[in-house]
Parts: sequence; C-alpha cells; structure tokens
Amino acid sequence: MTMRGYLRADGRKGIRNTIVVGYLVECAHHVASEIAIPFRDKDVHVIGFPGCYPNSYAETMMERLCTHPNVGAVLLVSLGCESFNKYKLEHLVRESGRPVQTIVIQATGGTRKSIDEGRTFVGDQRTRFDAMETVPIAVGELVVGTVCGGSDGTSGITGNPAAGRAFDMLTADGAACIFEETGELIGCEHIMADRAVTPALGRELEASVAKAARYYATLGYGSFAAGNADGGLTTIEEKSMGAYAKSGSSPISGLIKPGDVPPRGGLYLLDVVPDGEVRFGFPNINDNAEIAELIACGSHVILFVTGRGSVVGSAISPVVKICANPETYRRMADDMDVDAGRILEGKATLDAVGREIRDVVLGLADGQRTKSEELGHQEFILTYKSFEPIGPACLPAA
Amino acid sequence: MTPTARPTAGSDPRLLLLDERDNVFVVRERIRSGETIAVSGMPITVQAALPLGHKIARRDIGPGEKVVKYGAPIGSATTAIRTGDHAHLHNIKSDYTPTYHLDDVKAEYGSSE
Repeated sequence: MTMRGYLRADGRKGIRNTIVVGYLVECAHHVASEIAIPFRDKDVHVIGFPGCYPNSYAETMMERLCTHPNVGAVLLVSLGCESFNKYKLEHLVRESGRPVQTIVIQATGGTRKSIDEGRTFVGDQRTRFDAMETVPIAVGELVVGTVCGGSDGTSGITGNPAAGRAFDMLTADGAACIFEETGELIGCEHIMADRAVTPALGRELEASVAKAARYYATLGYGSFAAGNADGGLTTIEEKSMGAYAKSGSSPISGLIKPGDVPPRGGLYLLDVVPDGEVRFGFPNINDNAEIAELIACGSHVILFVTGRGSVVGSAISPVVKICANPETYRRMADDMDVDAGRILEGKATLDAVGREIRDVVLGLADGQRTKSEELGHQEFILTYKSFEPIGPACLPAA
Repeated sequence: MTPTARPTAGSDPRLLLLDERDNVFVVRERIRSGETIAVSGMPITVQAALPLGHKIARRDIGPGEKVVKYGAPIGSATTAIRTGDHAHLHNIKSDYTPTYHLDDVKAEYGSSE
C-alpha cells in the first residue's frame, strides 16, 4: 500500500483535497448548496451553521473544519446581516495558507449573482487542485475517530470490539484515535478511568461521564433511540457497555473537547456534553453532530459502527461503515464497508475483522473510497453549544 | 466477540454467554416462536420470536436484582424473570435514565414494518 496525502502549511496532511462551501446562516444555505451542485462528484462539500445569533462553539467548529487537513480551499457564503464573525473566519483560513473567498449575498446582488460568483471560485480551485502534488503520509500522521449509531444487541459483541481492535493497531503504529459520546459511557466510567495514563486524567474522565449523566437526566432522555430497543438493547447502561468496546484496550492518553486536536498519537476521549447549566437542548441531536465534532478534532476518517443500519456519511472526512448485524448487512450491503456480523456467525474472528477495518482506513489514503462517499453522502449538522476549555490534567505530557 | 463469548453446555448453541458472571444470554441467531430450546439445562418453549441481539434469562432473576451482561450491571429486574424468559423492556429498567421506545404506540397505531 502506498499512502499519499496533501501537505498543508501547518505540517498536517490530508487524505482528501476537499473544497468546502460554508454557509454562515441558514438564509445562505440554499445559495451554498446551488454553488456546489455542478461539482457533485468532485469533492465539493457544503457545511455551515444555521443560527443567526453568535455562538463561540459554532465559530470554533467552523474554523477547525475549514482548516481541517482534508480541506484545500474554502468558500464562505454570508447573507450579510447574520451575527457570525465571518471576518475572523476568513482571516484564519487565509492564515492557514488556504485559498478563501467570502461571498456576501446582499452585497453581491442576490441569489443568482452569488451562485455564479461562487461557482467561478470553486471551479478555479478544482482545476488548480487537479494538478496538486501529493506526499507520502504515515499511519502515525492519521487521526481516526469512531462513533456508533443505530446500535442494537449485536453492536457491542461484533462491530464495536472489532473497531476497538482496529484502534489498538492504529495507536500502536502512532495514530491518534478518538472515541466519544460520554452520554453513552454511563456505567463504564470507573473501568475507563483505570485506563487513564495518570490518576488525575482518570478523575477528569469520570467527571465527564458524571456531567453527561446529569445533563441527560435534566433533559429526561438518555442517549438512546427507539430503534435501539427494537434491536434488543434495554437500558442506557447496556448500550454504554457495548459502545465502550469501540475504545479498544490501549491506555487513554487524554480528554479533549470539540475542536481540540490531539497533540500526539494515542487514544483520546472526546467530551461532547456542554459545560455549565443545561441550555440549547440535547448535546448532539443526531449521529452527524457527533461526526462533525470528531472531524473538527482533526479526524481524517470516521469508523461508524451500526447494527440497525445507518446510511450516513459526512462532509470533509470519509465514513467507514462497519455493520455489526449479519441480517442488516445482507439487507443493506450497498451501504456497508465491513461485515462484522461474520463474527457472530463464526465466520471470522474479532482480530481478523479488526485488521480488515485497519486496512480499509489505510486504503483510503491509497485511492480507495468508502461506500458512503461513492453514494454521495455528505451529511452535516452544527447547532448551538457551550464549552469551557479543558483543564491541565486532561492532556498529561507524554 | 468479547474474548470469553461462547455458547455453553446445556444451552442452545444460538445462545451466547458473554461473561461467566452474566445472568442473561444473547441471541446470536433468530429463534422462532414455538421452538423448544435448552436454556441452562431446562427445556423452554419460546412464546414469541427472539430476534438477533435480544436477551433471555440464563437463570431465575428476582425482582430488584441486577441484570448482568458483559460482566457488568445493565439495570434492575422490575419483576421476577424466570430462566428462559425474554429479558427486555417489560421486565428490566435502567438504574440511570428511563428507556424511550415506541412499542406502546406501535400497538396503538399499528406498524407497517
């Protein structure tokens, strides 16, 4: 395998050379989508923030996403009167060495003129990119995130532990791996804390899960959907034990929050539950909100384990779909990259499927594409949240 | 599968034991309604189909007793659960947050699934 990537000015490397079209309020969403339509199969992805009120979490997320190593150029689309700090975002993207342009619909003269101007920018960048040189990229330069969605009673037995084995292999080769959803680690906090590289980090891990338990208790629902119950999961603790298996068995090197990029290789927990009093609603309103946060932390690839059968992909980083349930796999094979249900049927071992997942990840830097990429999935969602910066115990020095 | 996951002697091979401490098995292949299967050495006639990934009791579990899977408590029994019973929403509750499901509304409005 020859892994190649795109070298960025900050030294990070991408495995894709995506052009992002980012809307800065819902009122600019349609124009952004129309700009991207002619480039449907050419790695032009639409992301954005729908809110008109300012939110520092959302601004940080947009900044990290627009300067993600998989992103080569950025077009920002503003209506003109929204509160988003477009000046700072454009400045930071330009500072990162990426071509960037902001179209302000009200100044440009409306929908049609903005679409035309945006398509010109995107077309020019695409042409330039086609001639761009690639450089070798090593496993140790990759950041890989994992999420589970549409979980069922098979997820915790096949797909999640297999993803955990892949994480063990990737971290052994120096990659940074991120697992998340503290609301789906409820009941696992103590066994997880024992894996922290320092006792102080262990306490931070426990505190993050306690925060999630409080947050969800106030909202009255756990991170648990009706389909989880149809699939045989009875309680949030049961779902958590299965989800926790995605983390593998490596020591836990740190606790990060959305937008924090792991400083070095190792295994990291992403705390996705907002700090402070409960406001703005559910921590993550669906799986794609979690995926966007993993990508904002620099994830080049997302491992997505599903039992019921999710079909989603994402803007910016490829999503590898690992199907835990053999019946679901047979029904939805076109959407699935890895058939982990074979483990349940005695046709493959956890280690073998773990290796297969690792090889799929590495192949994505060698010209391979995921099923969700081939099918054009580019889901993206970003909503209001509020975080405090991580404390000093969260990232112990190596 | 978790390192110790395996079928066990005295129980149908479609039932998986994830950890020696568990008081439930996981169904690893669909079991049809009306089938008589062995559970911990006892013949049990299955009353309703058991889909993949669902649980059945490995032994009798008393009301209020912890239900254990992966060697860890996953909730408490809300009623007596007998060996071979389907162990799910109707007889287990979370010790953290209540479980949301659509079973009641499916019964009320009908389901096209």
